[in-house]
Amino acid sequence: MSAPNSEYDPKEVSALDPQVIDAAVTAALAAFADAGDLDQLKEARLAHAADRSPLALANREIGALPPAAKAEAGQRVGRARAQVKDALQARTVELERLRDEQVLLTETVDVTMPTDRTPVGARHPLTTVAELLCDVFIAMGYEVAEGPEVETEWHNFDALNIPPDHPARTMQDTFFIDPPEASVLLRTHTSPVQIRTLLNRELPVYVVCPGRVFRTDELDATHTPVFHQIEGLAVDKGITMADLKGTLDHLAQAVFGEGLTTRLRPSYFPFTEPSAEIDLQCFACRGSSVGDSANPCRTCSSEGWIEWGGCGMVNPRVLQACGVDTDEYSGFAFGMGLERTLMFRHDIRDMRDMVEGDVRFTAAFGSGAA
Amino acid sequence: MRVPISWLRQHVTLPSDVTARQVGDELIRLGLEVETVEPVADITGPLVVGRVQSIEELTEFKKPIRFCQVHVGDNEVRGIVCGARNFAEGDLIVAALPGSVLPGGFAIAARQTYGKTSDGMICSESELGLSTESDGILVLDPDSASVGENALSLLGLDDEVLDIAVTPDRGYALSIRGVAREAAIAFTTDFVDSVLESTNLPSPVSDTQPRSCTSEDPQLCDVFTLRTLTDVDPSAPTPAWMAARLRAAGMRPVSVIVDITNYVMLETGQPLHAFDADVVSGGLVARRAQAGETLETLDHVVRELDSEDLVIADDSGPLALAGTMGGVTSEISSTSTNVLLEAAHFDAITVAKMSRRHRLSSEASRRFERGVDSALAPYASERAAALLVELAGARNCGMIGVEHAHEPVAIRISSQLPSDVSGASIDEATVIDNLRLVGCDVETHGDADPQQLVVRPPTWRPDLTDPADLVEEVIRLVGYDSIPATLPTPPAGRGLTAAQVARRRALRVIAGLGFVETLSYPFVGDKDFEQTGITADDPRRQVVRVANPLSDEQPGLRTTLLPGLLATARRNVSRGNDNLAISEAGLVFLPELAAPGAPRPDLSTRPTEEELDALDRALPHQPLYLAAVMTGQRDRAGWWGKGRSASWDDALGAAKAVADDLGVTVEVAAATMAPFHPGRCAQLSVDGNVIGHAGELHPKVVAAWGLPERATAFELDVSALIERSTATARTAPQFSTFPVAKEDVALIVDSNVASADVAQALRDGGGDLIESVRLFDVYTGEQVPEGHRSLAFAIRMRAADHTLTVEEVSEVRQAALSAAESACGARLRD
Repeated sequence: MSAPNSEYDPKEVSALDPQVIDAAVTAALAAFADAGDLDQLKEARLAHAADRSPLALANREIGALPPAAKAEAGQRVGRARAQVKDALQARTVELERLRDEQVLLTETVDVTMPTDRTPVGARHPLTTVAELLCDVFIAMGYEVAEGPEVETEWHNFDALNIPPDHPARTMQDTFFIDPPEASVLLRTHTSPVQIRTLLNRELPVYVVCPGRVFRTDELDATHTPVFHQIEGLAVDKGITMADLKGTLDHLAQAVFGEGLTTRLRPSYFPFTEPSAEIDLQCFACRGSSVGDSANPCRTCSSEGWIEWGGCGMVNPRVLQACGVDTDEYSGFAFGMGLERTLMFRHDIRDMRDMVEGDVRFTAAFGSGAA
Repeated sequence: MRVPISWLRQHVTLPSDVTARQVGDELIRLGLEVETVEPVADITGPLVVGRVQSIEELTEFKKPIRFCQVHVGDNEVRGIVCGARNFAEGDLIVAALPGSVLPGGFAIAARQTYGKTSDGMICSESELGLSTESDGILVLDPDSASVGENALSLLGLDDEVLDIAVTPDRGYALSIRGVAREAAIAFTTDFVDSVLESTNLPSPVSDTQPRSCTSEDPQLCDVFTLRTLTDVDPSAPTPAWMAARLRAAGMRPVSVIVDITNYVMLETGQPLHAFDADVVSGGLVARRAQAGETLETLDHVVRELDSEDLVIADDSGPLALAGTMGGVTSEISSTSTNVLLEAAHFDAITVAKMSRRHRLSSEASRRFERGVDSALAPYASERAAALLVELAGARNCGMIGVEHAHEPVAIRISSQLPSDVSGASIDEATVIDNLRLVGCDVETHGDADPQQLVVRPPTWRPDLTDPADLVEEVIRLVGYDSIPATLPTPPAGRGLTAAQVARRRALRVIAGLGFVETLSYPFVGDKDFEQTGITADDPRRQVVRVANPLSDEQPGLRTTLLPGLLATARRNVSRGNDNLAISEAGLVFLPELAAPGAPRPDLSTRPTEEELDALDRALPHQPLYLAAVMTGQRDRAGWWGKGRSASWDDALGAAKAVADDLGVTVEVAAATMAPFHPGRCAQLSVDGNVIGHAGELHPKVVAAWGLPERATAFELDVSALIERSTATARTAPQFSTFPVAKEDVALIVDSNVASADVAQALRDGGGDLIESVRLFDVYTGEQVPEGHRSLAFAIRMRAADHTLTVEEVSEVRQAALSAAESACGARLRD
């Protein structure tokens, strides 16, 4: 470095020559642009923007200039250095961005790989469909009533107007608890819950009773000795069959789809009078397959209707046995098999699938009902 | 009840263009459960009556073959090859001509066989589906058919049959007569009750000593008639039309006498019984059986009679189970020429009990159980006698009988009631008309509005006893489809109870933990318990027993869900579902010691509280349990690395998660309990009450059920948990936002010391500044003395109101360590 020299002509100092400075800037910008990664940029920075770079050296020369020249040279060098610094900054940001992108790129995974590290649980469709049906009724103001599975003969038969030795008893083949004289059995239907409800609750009652029931059938594709029913009971002043019909229509639509209706067919149950079978309009073909042999419907066998359950007006004898004033109160009751409901709703072909507990069956339903 | 449509049409005039299917649909609308409407036979023609003109015996084959020239009408003669030999030239036979299809889709075509062209087939009974086997071809009675006649109609094979499942209240529909009455209502046509029409029976001849007939108990047998018929030709053929109808109705033709009694039963609904008069000694009596008496019934079962049985007996003893089945000694045989025809009315419940007691359900018992028209016996007897005279040359020697008249029930009903019950508007005239249509006598009284009607049901409707029964008759005739749809207006509901919500949550939690819900049957047996390691002295072996189990192997009701769940696990594993986590929620049945029998309170009014109490005391305790079994990997192996086998702590963790969700804090302690591994079983309790167990299954149990090694399980009494779960809102925690201080300590303790006790001692010793103590490592090995282990705990400390100082932390740590030492003998590991 030279000593201060007031006589010194800056134009004679080659390092401060504008052309040289421009060239240094150009070289720096080119070097930064050429740097393909942050390492190369570091080298370019050391060469063009560090303490030993041409512009840094030129800057030092300014001090030796005579005062008159300092300002002009200082401005020129300052602008050049700022330009280089900005370019370096911009390139650094750019290369860092590229580096970051590259890092993330190398961390790419195959998102189509399985994600089944932890097992997924599922609820049995019989549980979820029972909840679904209960919820339909809860929304109408009903409550859920329950009763024991081992039940007295009185609740299961006598109080429901099914006297001993009546042929109606043979409609429901019964598991009796030993000794049979104790008059205790596995309930053959959820109807004894009607009796418990009428005995235990204040009138009016609107209840729905899901539950497990038992009959001495061997397991096959369409029968199981242990199955599920859901039962509804409404006892109030002025309840009519029209109320029953409307309630069943509402249920059918909630479970099987908008616009479906039910049909009542006269039938016989000792605990209801009048009694009816509930037919559900086929939700698959909605009746279009009837008489159309080219487009048969498997769901309803082209009948247009599916047998769903039984219902009727609570037999006044049943109300009497529970101490209900039949002059003032009347009621309806209905019941349907949950297995049957599920078989329709989900096209289940074999009853055994619902019984055997094969996880492949249940897992397919997940944890909710749909 | 199978109803051939041709037979039905004979009893009611239906529009000629109405199909069997339409008849079925209308009957369904009225409440008869028509299950199927099917052609009586699966045959299409041309099936004709032919006469064998000539027979050429072909002898050059392994068996003799006949080539017949058969006249099939319209001067047409066809050559037909036939292998049977039970016919002669001139016989009338049934020929299936080319184009016809026989049962089983057997299509007939002209074909070359035995060197001849066979232009059709001569049919046997079995080939026509008339019987299951036949010896040779069907040779027709020469007087019953003519050449060229359509054999389908001749044999009743072009008929259609309605198969009706008759409900217990409609005994009358177990007859053509009863179904015809319904059909007449359905098609609004007049019904003429055939049995009320007089039959053209010649006056009885009375040259035979009449037999006496008595009923010892009019409650059990209120009508008993006996008719003597002599000179019956037992070999007279049953006419083809009658045989066809019997077959179509599902009964097998037997002999003319039996066939006529069956025919009249199907037609009228009155079961009849024919005795061989020559083996009956003295008169007949309907009486209770005496203990010790036996009877061999027609199904060749020798039956020990019960003193509750009702029998028809002669001087020698019981001849028949009344209204159920006859005995072999007085059975009509191929040589019976003198017949005693019984037509009686028996008590429905007596027959039902007898039928059930002897496990003997017959066409007769099914009718009596459901109630037979009490006025029918004499008419049916007369109808059968007329047929026996006409078809079997019988001499009718007259009928004697006893009859105990009943006053018909009178039911009072408001004419408004059907409208009130149905919600449809049904006017009084319709109410009265419909009641009369089903046969009721309706008496009207005065001008009151609504009118009080006095209704007397007909003799064939013993099921009509209450106003509600009449209401159903009116409404079903109006049509259930005329009832509008409305919705009732329940009071505001309270939704699910807290217990119901809790149960739903428990099931969701367990599914959320990766368990798949299954449902198994609640039946258990000794083998299930033994495989599960539950020994004979275990209280769970005290089971509620089923008197009539499906399988003698499983006569009990479960006291634990685990055997059923283990069986489900085994089934899954055997199907290749190895990594298994399954659960089941269901009731178990815990017998109450010395449970009394259940009373049968009177039904006329609400039972007393004492009676209701007694009813409930007769039942076992039935709490809801939740159980789960895991086998194989809990976390699966995959691209992320190794899997992790399900371990005892997964089972325990799941059980605790359920309790936690219900807001119940459970205490965990080591226990020994089948079916668990004795060293890997946790007992869960709440306030000192055991509510479940969890852990690894005993290796022997795992092996016995054929499961992969180290299967784990838990079982919880959810009812008990729910009882203890608090329904009140939980209080929110207050927590400090000052910095946490963390200290890790490794303590050496005797191997028998429970880690939870050490953790508790640290917590207790450290006091309020301890935020949490968590075991994070366990070590046994060289650096720890024999019989000891090292437990490493992470201790977190925090104050509510300031940042802890170094001194405070050190103090707390020291206090915690001292407490652990004095409570558990724990010393700091070097």
